[in-house]
Amino acid sequence: MNDITSSDLLGLFGHFLVLSLLAVGGAITTVPDMHRFIVTEHRWLTDAQFTASIAIAQAAPGPNVLFVAVLGWNVAGPLGTLATMTGSLLPSTALSLWATRWGTQRRETRGVRAFTAGLTPLTLGLLLSTGWVLAEPYLLNDAHRWGALALIALTVAVMMRTKLSPIWLVVIGMVAGAVGWV
Amino acid sequence: MTTKTGAAPLADELATPASNRELFIAFSSLSLQGFGGVLPVAQRVLVERRRWLTKEQFVEMLAVSQVLPGPNVVNLALMFGDRCFGLRGAFAALAGMLLVPTLIVLALTALYGHFAQNPVVTGALRGMGAVAAGLVLATGLKLLTTLKRNAMGLPLCLGFGAVTVLATAWLRVPLVWVILGLGAVAIAVAWTRLRP
Repeated sequence: MNDITSSDLLGLFGHFLVLSLLAVGGAITTVPDMHRFIVTEHRWLTDAQFTASIAIAQAAPGPNVLFVAVLGWNVAGPLGTLATMTGSLLPSTALSLWATRWGTQRRETRGVRAFTAGLTPLTLGLLLSTGWVLAEPYLLNDAHRWGALALIALTVAVMMRTKLSPIWLVVIGMVAGAVGWV
Repeated sequence: MTTKTGAAPLADELATPASNRELFIAFSSLSLQGFGGVLPVAQRVLVERRRWLTKEQFVEMLAVSQVLPGPNVVNLALMFGDRCFGLRGAFAALAGMLLVPTLIVLALTALYGHFAQNPVVTGALRGMGAVAAGLVLATGLKLLTTLKRNAMGLPLCLGFGAVTVLATAWLRVPLVWVILGLGAVAIAVAWTRLRP
């Protein structure tokens, strides 16, 4: 952990505040700029520490945005987490609430209906893309390709055909990986 | 919760959360089941298990949270909570989504150094990662049926969806350009199809 002054904390908060408003498509899309700010510009974390922060959050339960909490913690402990999390969530929360109320009042207008009808196919396309981007590193790796492919296929089949909770699939994946099948 | 659980509900079969407390608990539990992304669990719990939203309402909320800045599932929680109980509901759902998972991820951060090189741990993480990818793919495939009721018609919708996949997964076009460019075209098409 670093010697962080209160003006550093304020800078961290301010930077994440600005990034929050640019994070169309989720906080993960602003990772390159967080890296520039934390690793390159301020040298608060090394490259490896930065990457590990994101990996931990991916492995833990909860929304992916929690990697922001881990980054804050690794830079400056609890106050760092407070700075990065409030910075990341405040602007987008306010904007979301305002937008959802505005849209709900006008739900039946042609403009709002065209907006949601037009964007729905893109939303589903983005979900499929995300699935692909998550799967790709496993499928391109010769050592893990077939095990990962089997797990992905099993997951899709079970989700489409049964009402099993996804958590059981995660447990199967964890065990299969731990014993070396993936 | 209704007795008939499982299949996606129709608009007249919907249940509603009873209190902010129930919202908080529901969002905590779905967030804690979400490894590598909460969206697949949110779809399963909110639509199929608790029947608080129809498939169409879920996709609509997702579409709106997608274009807003900020994490999609977090925006979705805020919108749903706000729709149920106003500002308090929004914060109950948000707190449920974030509070306990944040404590867990910070505890894991403290432990991580000891286990980072362990092959059993890295293998387990790899397996969980592959399942996470499958969960997201399945959610996308499952929600495709909502396009049948889209004002643009199924063929056009599938076309826009396919171009989105090509642009983002293959060409890696930044999301903001996909939304501003392709999204604007799709909204314009939907606008003309909705002509009164």
